[in-house]
Amino acid sequence: MLKRIRQLFAALFFTGITLLLLDVSGRLHHYLSWMPKVQLLPALLAANFAIVAAIIVLTLLLGRIYCSVICPLGVMQDLFARLGRHARHNRYRYSKAMWGLRVCVLIVFTVLTVAGITGIAALIAPYSTYGRIATHLFQPIWTGANNILALGAETVDSYAVSEADWVFYGWVPIAVTSLTLIIIGVLAWRGGRTWCNAICPVGTVLGATARFSLLKVHFNEKKCITCGKCSRNCKSSCIDFKNHSIDASRCVTCGNCISICPKDALSYGIAKKSADSSENSNGKPADQSKRQFLVGTALLAGAAMAQEEKKVDGGLAFIEDKVAPKRQTPLTPPGSLSARNMATHCTSCQLCVSECPNKVLRPSTSLDKFMQPAMGYENGYCRPECTRCSQVCPTGAIRPITPQEKSSLQIGHAVWVKKNCIPLTDGVACGNCARHCPTGAITMIPSDPSDEQSLRIPMVNTAVCIGCGACENLCPARPLSAIYVEGHEVHREI
Amino acid sequence: MSKHIERRDFLKLFGTGAAAVTAALAGCRGKEETQPVKDDYNSLQEPPEDQMTYRTNPTTGDKVSLLGYGMMRLPNREGSDEIDQETVNTLVDYALKHGVNYFDTSPAYCRGLSERATGIALSRHPRESYYIATKLSNFNEATWGRRESIDMFENSLKELQTDYIDYYLLHGCGMGGMKNLKARYLDNGMLNYCIGQRRDGRIRNLGFSYHGDVEVFDYLLSIHDLVHWDFVQIELNYLDWDYANEINGRNTDARYLYAELQKRGIPAVIMEPLLGGRLANIPQYLMERMKERDPEATIASWAFRYAGTPEGVLTVLSGMTYMEHLRDNLLTYSPLHPVTQDEEDFLYDIAYHIVNVKLIPCNDCKYCMPCPYGVDIPSIFVHYNKVKSHDRLPENTQSEEYARLRREFLVGQDRSVPRLRQAAHCIGCNQCVSHCPQNIRIPDELHKIDEFVENLRREEA
Repeated sequence: MLKRIRQLFAALFFTGITLLLLDVSGRLHHYLSWMPKVQLLPALLAANFAIVAAIIVLTLLLGRIYCSVICPLGVMQDLFARLGRHARHNRYRYSKAMWGLRVCVLIVFTVLTVAGITGIAALIAPYSTYGRIATHLFQPIWTGANNILALGAETVDSYAVSEADWVFYGWVPIAVTSLTLIIIGVLAWRGGRTWCNAICPVGTVLGATARFSLLKVHFNEKKCITCGKCSRNCKSSCIDFKNHSIDASRCVTCGNCISICPKDALSYGIAKKSADSSENSNGKPADQSKRQFLVGTALLAGAAMAQEEKKVDGGLAFIEDKVAPKRQTPLTPPGSLSARNMATHCTSCQLCVSECPNKVLRPSTSLDKFMQPAMGYENGYCRPECTRCSQVCPTGAIRPITPQEKSSLQIGHAVWVKKNCIPLTDGVACGNCARHCPTGAITMIPSDPSDEQSLRIPMVNTAVCIGCGACENLCPARPLSAIYVEGHEVHREI
Repeated sequence: MSKHIERRDFLKLFGTGAAAVTAALAGCRGKEETQPVKDDYNSLQEPPEDQMTYRTNPTTGDKVSLLGYGMMRLPNREGSDEIDQETVNTLVDYALKHGVNYFDTSPAYCRGLSERATGIALSRHPRESYYIATKLSNFNEATWGRRESIDMFENSLKELQTDYIDYYLLHGCGMGGMKNLKARYLDNGMLNYCIGQRRDGRIRNLGFSYHGDVEVFDYLLSIHDLVHWDFVQIELNYLDWDYANEINGRNTDARYLYAELQKRGIPAVIMEPLLGGRLANIPQYLMERMKERDPEATIASWAFRYAGTPEGVLTVLSGMTYMEHLRDNLLTYSPLHPVTQDEEDFLYDIAYHIVNVKLIPCNDCKYCMPCPYGVDIPSIFVHYNKVKSHDRLPENTQSEEYARLRREFLVGQDRSVPRLRQAAHCIGCNQCVSHCPQNIRIPDELHKIDEFVENLRREEA
């Protein structure tokens, strides 16, 4: 019973978060953006103490149910543990808790986080680790599948599915996440919840809490025949069947032991008290939840890699790709308050990156902000109606803002680069930057002050410029734009 | 000299008789004449080979098929920008077999590949079985010189694998006004050169195609007594007859153009009978009206019958990309059933409604392309017109359908035009404007569409 309920909820959370991270339709965040916000570390960084308290209370009541239901990385490990020939019964065995390692990792993690090097610390944070895996490894496949559907939809004149762009952000994010996935995957495949009970800082904190939980799994010594089946099927390796003791700091309350015990000797209840929990389900757990577990992954695995539609250039001028300019101060998205707020709060879960409909956000590869979102306007600009990154960010690295607030938030200012400007280089009228500036910060002035009729060049009123990048993105100069945005370390209101 | 006397004789006949002939023919169309055709399924699908309507050229006596093949919209090989020569050959063979004998090309068409493809396809048939029309397309300033223009003419002969051109045109007179005409044909002596070539038999008929500034048209007709135009190519269809000027103040109604040619007995070659397909893709409710009137006739066939009806029309050009277009047009003209007065009024009423939809008068001729900044101008207009003519523009935010129409428009646009080639990338350099035979203020229209799209995008909650 416990196992089935756990599987059901885990399936809901896992598919929900996965879909949110993969979504290319831009619709799901309306329904699912709360899911990352109930993750412990993001809530802590966002100073969302109600959520933190709720998780602590939940753990004090029910044990580490968080780790087997809410945490997507935990659920992913359970999926890995089911894979392959190793996924036989009776393959685990009891081991002692590695408190030394757990505490050391936790301390290092805390120090790095407090010191503001969150980007590096977050490489072992559970939710954001899963976010990176989903974004960089699964989303490309998802996008491919979506685009195949979109092609199909186009042939039958349906507008239900539309083509989504996928931007390649370099090999570093893919390499880092692949490595993480391999390490965690292999650990889970061979040893169950090793990662959660040795490395994961959230696991350590919740483990320490769970020792005092009200409800726990415990033995009925009278019924127990000391067969050891429970220990051999405990993916947390926390059941010492010989001594009839269970290490609550590592138990993730999955309920597998309860289901597998032939004598109903294990039960979930108030600690040290009842010996007769009678309503255990002994039948095999329904495969229903298993199927739900697999929904997300099956969809991914089934889809072939995207074949980008080759667009013919018949009679069309070649368009060179834009190249990112070297910005003195990098940009951070509206709502992030400042570069420092971003650096200290972001766990680089990539949710904003995968949500960004304009392909402005991408993972940074600089070491101090490793994998945290960086901005660039080569593929699109920070459109005035869009506040999606601020809506989905679970950690408070990007605070929620409205489009109205955004329209007066200055994240940077436009800088004109004379040598690239089309009226001067090509001798034709332009003004595409001024035409598209949402705040009217750009006016076109004669390039020759003595001649009112001379070709016009842009003049930026930096007091009104909000740094959205419309000018940079739509500037016809390529590969480097003739107008680009310099970031502000601290955002201001205009 | 004797040639010209013959012409004058003809003029008397032609000028006075034309109106009467038109009326008489229009009246002729009896029920018994059309009935057998409609009873037979096969004859609806398969055009007959020997029924093509021909018109006689008053100067040379050429018997020209009423359907002329426009080589401006030739099919490309799938996924490439090479012309699909095999398909072109098939189309040309089929056309010739069914009586089409006028083929109209230009050194500028299909990114400069049309003449060669036409030459390859036609040279497989006896030279006397068809007439070739091509043009002096010296639009680019670099070709305004006499030498360059003559080279262009000689190169046409080479590409078309022939010693003479049956119908040679000064291309796009009126674009860029008198100034442009002078620079391209008068000051460099190219008009005289062409007259000389006609004398030498290397050009059998000399004419010009007209777009835009009416001053140029009037001027060229005013020198008719000197030049003796053998034909003039104009845009004529049931929309442009009375509304060309209303749609775009810089253009001239076909009614005027045709009447001026008739006065002088100059045969008219008709281009844009279908307005680049716009008259085949009219608003749904107008389609329904046409189908109510004649359920078996295609929407396009109305436009072709209209354009072919005036007796002063030598041939009607259609840029047929697909076999289906060719078959449909052959059916329409094999033989032609002229539109009756009643049908003509019906079409003018349709035109009145089309004009009120206010589409961008783009015929997808691609003269404006390539835009140096990569914008795909015609595709943007075609998509916008398509949505607008079906009354599916998301304009009323209060409408229940708004959200769906908005998505349809945006997704549809991304499907028709890659993002980097959409209207937002038009910088307004105006380089395209002088190339547009329809005199569309392209940057203005693009900026309007851009603003419309931008507002749609901002609607997102």
